[in-house]
Amino acid sequence: MRNVITIGWRELRHYFVSPVAYAVATAIFLILGIIFFLNIDVGMRGGQIPPDGRIVINPLITILLFATPAITMRLLADENRMGTIELVLTSPVRDWELIVGKWLGSFAFMFLLIAVTWIYPIIINQMTDPGIDQGVLVSAYLGLLAMVSSLIAIGVFISSLFTSSVAAFFTTLAVMLGLWIVGGFGSGVGTGSEIARSLSFVDQYYDNLFIGILDIADLLYYLSLTALALFLGTRVIEARRWR
Amino acid sequence: MIEVEGLTKYYGRHLAIQDITFNARRGEILGFLGPNAAGKTTTMRILTGYMPPTEGTARIAGYDVVDQSLDVRRRIGYLPETVPLYPEMSVRDYLQFMGSLRRVPMLEDRIDEIVEEVHLEDRYESFIGNLSKGLKQRVGLAQALLHKPEVLILDEPTIGLDPAQIIEVRHLIQSLGKDRTILLSTHILSEAQQVCDRVIIINHGQLVAEDSPANLQAQISGVDLLIVRASAKNESLSELIRSLPGVLEVVLGEEEGEVQVRSKPGEDIRPKVAEKIVKAGIDLLELRPAGLSLEEIFLQLTREDPGLEQAE
Repeated sequence: MRNVITIGWRELRHYFVSPVAYAVATAIFLILGIIFFLNIDVGMRGGQIPPDGRIVINPLITILLFATPAITMRLLADENRMGTIELVLTSPVRDWELIVGKWLGSFAFMFLLIAVTWIYPIIINQMTDPGIDQGVLVSAYLGLLAMVSSLIAIGVFISSLFTSSVAAFFTTLAVMLGLWIVGGFGSGVGTGSEIARSLSFVDQYYDNLFIGILDIADLLYYLSLTALALFLGTRVIEARRWR
Repeated sequence: MIEVEGLTKYYGRHLAIQDITFNARRGEILGFLGPNAAGKTTTMRILTGYMPPTEGTARIAGYDVVDQSLDVRRRIGYLPETVPLYPEMSVRDYLQFMGSLRRVPMLEDRIDEIVEEVHLEDRYESFIGNLSKGLKQRVGLAQALLHKPEVLILDEPTIGLDPAQIIEVRHLIQSLGKDRTILLSTHILSEAQQVCDRVIIINHGQLVAEDSPANLQAQISGVDLLIVRASAKNESLSELIRSLPGVLEVVLGEEEGEVQVRSKPGEDIRPKVAEKIVKAGIDLLELRPAGLSLEEIFLQLTREDPGLEQAE
């Protein structure tokens, strides 16, 4: 466990010296800020600001689907490319500790980014009467973190397959967007539609959390997806033994 | 300390190493020699627990590299050929990271110590990405030594360094070898000759020789070789020396006035050669034994490699 924290801490620190991380953070806050401003502006003119933190979270989900691949792309692809993985894995570090450590560092960084966006609901709360329903807000943020946890795990897994972080980025992006829009095929009634619906990453599992229904099953879905992706990532690292 | 038995590794259908067996005692510096792509790195990766062999066993300090991989990894220091480091980290941060993965006790003090040992004191805060190749090599060495490993595995530790740095690293290796086992791969043969107690030579994944550098030399050369230079024509010089007892063969040298003399082993013909030349009224310019260098031995052993023959 100590190794997980050591590796996670290194990754977290790395984000603070990495231009990619700053670019991603800037993009997230810039876009989110503009959308927030427009929403408030329209609301003020109409005389009514919606007392709801979700006007922030909704666009945030979309942005995160694009931003997460950029955050996770180099995690293992760079180690593979530079060969540094050889030194880590010839230290007394287990394969899973490396993978989980990478995930932890990334998750900690994303957690910080998401925590900063909490400022918008606070502003809305100040501007509206009677303010935001805090229960809904907490549920929505909890769901968001669970979702991001699984997104990052998928990113770690895909990054472990590549030696090029650009390849890892686009593959991760494709998988995430695929999981996002696959729900569009789920409007019918057949088995195919049902499968499409259950794959649908955001619609199927996040919508309830988003409106304040804290369903453990939905959270569990994201957590098991996280576990599965991290397991697969570990298998990829182990696979070097059988090549 | 290192016990390797029947080690074989296939990459898919490609055979990388075949039935390699060797041992290394505590306090021994074992040179691991071979042309590029002979299987040196593969063997080292197996020993460090990075990947398992297809067949055979390897034990380090009594621990099996496959079944007790973590125990092995706690006891080895490893410097891969490419010296993989994180360029965006400072020397200090990097050593802290590796030291904490290796559970080094009193890490801060130990880092101070090791940084002094490899002379990195003034680059302590520098980013690794900004360091020269030689300095990176030292960071790699520092990393490998941080946890005071019993066994040190160094893959081409002097490659890409300038001559002064090479000498420095060799001295460092020699001083380190006093109380631990070092396995050192290289294709620079003079390096093995200088640094190693014992040498194993590997070619096409197979062990072709194992002995001390001195014994290898004696074993293979079999005869003594003498180089003679004098102020005379090649032919007349050759004529003169050939008649001496103990001389097996005289080969004309490339330069005028130079010949190579092969004689029966164990018989020192130098005084007789000198006397003969001087008596003939010729000026003797040079007379030196030219025992086969490890380089030549190496080429002899790996001769069937067509690439090498051409290079020669």
